[in-house]
Amino acid sequence: MPIKKKKEKKFTLIRKRVPYLFIMPWIIGYLAFTLGPLAFSLVMSLFDWPIAGEAKFIGIDNFTKMFTADPQFYNSLLITFKFALIFVPLNLGVALILALLITQPIKGMKFFRTIFYLPAVVSGVAVSIIWGWMFNTEYGVFNYLLSFLGLEEPSWLIDPKWAIVAIVIASAWGVGTMMLIFYTDIKSIPHDMYEAAAIDGAGVIRQFISITIPSITPTILFNVITSVIAALQQLTLVLLLTGGGPLKSTYFYGLFVYNNAFKHHELGYASANAWFMFIIIMLFTLMIFKSSSAWVFYEAEVKKEKKEKREKKKKSEVKNNEDFQKA
Amino acid sequence: MKISKRHKIIVYSVLVIFSLYFVFPFLWALITAIKTEPEVFSYPPKFIPEELLFGNFVDAWNSQNFGVYFKNSVIVTVLTTIGQLISCSLVAYGFARYDFKYKNFLFVLLLSTMMIPWDVTMIPLYMQFNMLGWINTLKPLIVPAFFGSAYYIFLLRQFLMNIPKDLENAARIDGANEFQIFYKIFLPIMKAPLVLVAVLNVILVWNDYLGPLIYLQDKAKYTMTLGLASFQGVHELQIIPIMAITLVMVIPPVLVFIFAQKYIVEGISGSIK
Repeated sequence: MPIKKKKEKKFTLIRKRVPYLFIMPWIIGYLAFTLGPLAFSLVMSLFDWPIAGEAKFIGIDNFTKMFTADPQFYNSLLITFKFALIFVPLNLGVALILALLITQPIKGMKFFRTIFYLPAVVSGVAVSIIWGWMFNTEYGVFNYLLSFLGLEEPSWLIDPKWAIVAIVIASAWGVGTMMLIFYTDIKSIPHDMYEAAAIDGAGVIRQFISITIPSITPTILFNVITSVIAALQQLTLVLLLTGGGPLKSTYFYGLFVYNNAFKHHELGYASANAWFMFIIIMLFTLMIFKSSSAWVFYEAEVKKEKKEKREKKKKSEVKNNEDFQKA
Repeated sequence: MKISKRHKIIVYSVLVIFSLYFVFPFLWALITAIKTEPEVFSYPPKFIPEELLFGNFVDAWNSQNFGVYFKNSVIVTVLTTIGQLISCSLVAYGFARYDFKYKNFLFVLLLSTMMIPWDVTMIPLYMQFNMLGWINTLKPLIVPAFFGSAYYIFLLRQFLMNIPKDLENAARIDGANEFQIFYKIFLPIMKAPLVLVAVLNVILVWNDYLGPLIYLQDKAKYTMTLGLASFQGVHELQIIPIMAITLVMVIPPVLVFIFAQKYIVEGISGSIK
């Protein structure tokens, strides 16, 4: 018996350590490439830290400078929020419309699905180059097509009023990922729900509002959060398409941080900028999550509620019975 | 479900209009890439070139060291994919198949890393790699992949959670050790989600611009994205080779997507629901 016990003990000891061995790569990576840099960046934000030369502790001066002495900070923030305000609802709407279209029982849907998704696998560099050429004021095909339709021909990337619109149009090209996420979710809604609604006389729009939308609210939440984060961090496209111009009209916050770090070599100040964005993103995510309890419905929760109700009913029935028997 | 003819016509027309928005830019890049220079700079633009100059692709390729850039991109993409597959499958297995102290805490920590904006860690990471002497090498782009990514780990874990526990218990009774169970039993089962991880990683890394931009300086170390972008900055008028290289650059991720489409759609539905 003691031998067996010893063996068992050894076995449980291994079992206790084994899981940590499996997750060890991530733990090491987290310490080296996430937690370490995260903490260090917070420290840096309190220093005047040039790329070459001595770093000097300056307390919260970087933050005060940001809020009181740098008009570019507010300008960039405003532009980025403006962009997010157009980009997020537009992309969400287009993605949802596309997803609904490709779930229609019509031939050739796989083909259209592929076409809509393809630009999403293309790099930001290629996107900016192709669209930059199409937006070209002199030879651009985009304005030619607009003139064909008798519409205004803006000087896209040269006109501060239109440059941000150009960026929205080019970045919406990657909406395919979001569409695919909506698509897989809509497809998983049971068919008989629609059939039952149709029998009850609900039209297409009614079905969409009462069945489709409530069923996909968790996915809407996921897409809202990821696209807000993506919009607030947009960089590659502006860096290459407009470089922040014309007249700093597309000087996004991401570009502001990037330039402070790698062009002006103010690493401490850029760290403070980055931390501010981190806090903004966390606040937004938190706010969206908080609001989600009002509009997101989880299947499991609905089931749980139903079950609880049923059990309550059962209990009261049992109690009634007992009361009855007592009497 | 049956739908009326009118409904069908409306759906198809909307689909075609949207298709134009998604396809036309590719088409226009191709038309531009095979034109002559005077044709490119003529207005109104020509939709059908007089001659189809497919030789433009060869000229564009030879105008810079794109052979080297391509090789660098392939090295980074292949190695990071191998790294992610190894590390993410191990970590996801650990989180999905075992109970251990602080598991939930660690998992929440893992998920929270997805919310950290890249610019917060960018500067310290740059300094860290600089201290290691890794700047201007491909290492900063490759090595972190061997420690896993939260999104892929999450995805694989969701898949592994759905497999009944009896599987490894039976193997344990048969005398297999813990690693053998992972390697011989679970790894083969994970084939589909692993393909999805590989595809997503190939698309992401092949297209990455900011990483190479920050860490690489020497042209011999450039990846395709950097080569292409450097092209654009200086020579605004070399639009033909730019379009040609852009199209070449787009081919690998598009091919990967077309071959692995099934896994992407299945994988997304598996990881979200």
